[in-house]
Amino acid sequence: MGGHDTGSPYAPHTPAETAAMLDAVGAEAEADLFDIPDSVRFDGDFGIDARSEQAVRAEIGGLLGDNDALTEFLGRGQYDHYVPSLVDHLADRQEFLSSYTQYQPEVAQGFLQALFEFQSMLVELTGLGVANCSLYDAATALGETATLATRVRETSGSTVLVPDHLQAGKRGVLDNYADGADLTVESYPMEDGAVDTDALAELADEETVLVYAESPTVRGVIEESLAEIGTIAEANDAMFCLGSDPVALSVLEVPADVGVDTVIGDAASLGLGTAYGMGLGMFATREAYLRQVPGRLVGVGEDGSGRRAFTLTLQTREQHIRRERATSNICTNQAWVALRTAIHAASLGPEGLVELARDCITNADSLAAQIDDISGIKAPVHDRHHFREFLARTDQPAPAIVDDLLDRGFAVHAVDDHLLGVCVTDTNAHVKADLVAAMEEVAR
Amino acid sequence: MSDEQQPDDKPGDTLQYDQARWSEDDQYEPLLSEKNSREVDVETPLPDDLTRDSLELPDLSEPELARHYTRLSQMNYGVESGPFPLGSCTMKYNPKFTEDLAARPEAAVHPDRPDETIQGTLGLYATLSEYLGKIGGMDAVTLQPPAGAAGEYTGVLIAKAYHEHNGADRSEIIVPDSAHGTNFASAALAGFDVVELPSGEDGRVDLDALAAAIGDDTALLMLTNPNTLGLFEREIEAISELVHDAGGLLYYDGANLNALLGQARPGDMGFDIMHYNVHKTFATPHGGGGPGAGPVGVVEELDEFLPAPRVRETGGGYELFEPAQTIGKVHGFQGNWLVLIKACAYIARLGDEGLADASAKAVLNANYLAEQTAYEVPFGPFHHEFVASAGEQDAADVAKRMLDYGVHPPTTKWPEIVPEALMTEPTEIENKRTLDQLAAAFNAVADEDDETLETAPERTSARRIDQVSAARNPRLSWQALDNE
Repeated sequence: MGGHDTGSPYAPHTPAETAAMLDAVGAEAEADLFDIPDSVRFDGDFGIDARSEQAVRAEIGGLLGDNDALTEFLGRGQYDHYVPSLVDHLADRQEFLSSYTQYQPEVAQGFLQALFEFQSMLVELTGLGVANCSLYDAATALGETATLATRVRETSGSTVLVPDHLQAGKRGVLDNYADGADLTVESYPMEDGAVDTDALAELADEETVLVYAESPTVRGVIEESLAEIGTIAEANDAMFCLGSDPVALSVLEVPADVGVDTVIGDAASLGLGTAYGMGLGMFATREAYLRQVPGRLVGVGEDGSGRRAFTLTLQTREQHIRRERATSNICTNQAWVALRTAIHAASLGPEGLVELARDCITNADSLAAQIDDISGIKAPVHDRHHFREFLARTDQPAPAIVDDLLDRGFAVHAVDDHLLGVCVTDTNAHVKADLVAAMEEVAR
Repeated sequence: MSDEQQPDDKPGDTLQYDQARWSEDDQYEPLLSEKNSREVDVETPLPDDLTRDSLELPDLSEPELARHYTRLSQMNYGVESGPFPLGSCTMKYNPKFTEDLAARPEAAVHPDRPDETIQGTLGLYATLSEYLGKIGGMDAVTLQPPAGAAGEYTGVLIAKAYHEHNGADRSEIIVPDSAHGTNFASAALAGFDVVELPSGEDGRVDLDALAAAIGDDTALLMLTNPNTLGLFEREIEAISELVHDAGGLLYYDGANLNALLGQARPGDMGFDIMHYNVHKTFATPHGGGGPGAGPVGVVEELDEFLPAPRVRETGGGYELFEPAQTIGKVHGFQGNWLVLIKACAYIARLGDEGLADASAKAVLNANYLAEQTAYEVPFGPFHHEFVASAGEQDAADVAKRMLDYGVHPPTTKWPEIVPEALMTEPTEIENKRTLDQLAAAFNAVADEDDETLETAPERTSARRIDQVSAARNPRLSWQALDNE
């Protein structure tokens, strides 16, 4: 294309241009421009053959096609909701997709405003005063919250309390953050799928710096004791962090109203769906902790024409200025996913969001009831209200049932020897009956 | 000189740029919430005490939303808008076909699916890991870290685990003063003390200073090579020897890898651990700040410490497994998967020849642009980027003025070793014609007076924004604006 038949197809130099440029810099060859000692020069090859765009599309498309076509009823931290085409088309505009962090706000008002609107939506959903414009995922947001808890005046101690039912990746990431901050992570027990508040009150003491709870939990249980958990945290000068997601928060109790100090979670359930675990770390907290917040913040200022304008703000918290004393090491974040989430939320509007959330409750209820009718399975295991997902107890070993369901084209979780996890959203609700029929065949 | 005049004595013509501006008297495009907001009652099958009473959010039709975000996009500058020579950020063109691959439905699998049902995903994971290992000269690669800083943190955790495994108590990480801020922050996040290493007079690591800083407490030296001035650390082998003799490990910050593809490999220079910024070197989009991905490569001696799970081949397929001494998790699942697909596609498209050409042209472009610019470039020879000095001008003002010429400005005022730094990285995607325009923009601004610079930009959507007062009175949501 355009006389470029060798080298990178995205380096648009013609041979004549290359020669003219080399001449201008006084070099005979490109290789002469590299100031690399011979002893560390690479003279081998990678063995990677260049391919045409068409060939790479066919090859990688074909490779991805090796994934089995399954109907997933999977959740446990990553959720699939239908993402309207509008989201793809708007977010893929190059002005958004191929832009950089907004260090020059005068040419980046559009993205800054979109992120400001994203932050505002999270403020509405959480009732908290401040939301940042993204962390990587729910797990790293929990880790960041643990370090935040060590920095704010209101809290003291060195122990983080987390629920016994916690997605393994979240716990693993938290353990690493905790280790770096000299914190200890302890689990508190759950009672029938929800927080055992008596046991939590027993465990919490002046050493507790953070109490983490989820609603809905990794088992889909809607927590009923948030206010009580908040009281326990406050009584011990600990921060109370709630894990949730924007769809659930559209209908559940406003976190700030029940004593929650920080809300984290994966917001990519809106805007992205399942993407082999790629997410969007949601982070909102009390305004009092503003100057200790990790990650980027978009604020309002004024420009030279006297108009309201948007800018990254309070950057002295960040690594490029504060270095080892920064509130976090995060630089590159998930801004584009936040844009997608904001567009998706805006396209649903308040009524659409509430309806989506309501369906997460009713679909889980009805699917659990249908599965409960199957001989050899009891669902839901926990006598609680559920959101999107629930556990089912099986007489037969759960891993064997999972395998048999895979053969029939359905994926569900094996949570334990006799526990299945089943998640239903608007993307698979229309085939609930097919799953139930398959389970009837395999659960006997 | 007014901005209408053309500089006669410089190559190329300046372009002028009028960015779209949707505005009212006292603001630009209204917020979603200002266009239309609605409060709805929340009714669910749940008991009332478990739910909120109402939810208030923007309520707009699809055509209105399409117009809202299209207007916002028009008030945003991307790589396809014009040159983007932002130093240290490697703003390449993002090939379209990689987006199509990442958008395939088969890419969107759930992370908890059994290995045997996602052989395509795991196969691609293994392929990209292998590509990256070859490119960096590393023996094993994890794709889990979701960004460059997360890659650094992963590397630091690997060093920590390695020393602990060997019964060594090493509490310090050495970082040159010219390093990216994330190096310092990542070391601190993992609980290390940071020892800052002053640069030598030539802008490179000072071996004497390094020898003095290294000791029994040294866990790791973090280096960027070429460094943030674009200079290759010629003494890299001596540096490696110093660090290793003291029992420490050597970490390669991959932010500047676009200078070296096919020319040199961190693994061959003695680095033990490195991260790759795929959103820089391998042309995945920066997305207005992210998502990126920061895969980490290690030498064989460290592969048992990599995050869990890893992917390996097994009788004709792939499976996940947990390395024996794993540091555990650095992301809840397996990282920024869709970004990784794009990186893999880019590498496959370019192959050996294209990757080497990308670096060769990136270095040629930086050298050519530096040659054409009127600003002084104090250090050299540089590679994919150079740091010019704005001299008597304020670099931040220079940057604002460059916006009026349709150019995204360089990174400014960093690294601090160059006064009023203009850190410039054109990447390989610009040809001579564009570089000449870019140089003309630099040179036009170099000739302008302080008043012109201080009042710039004037052609962008917004005029100069007062960041100090924005920080003094933080308003971070439309609710905060409503409460005023």
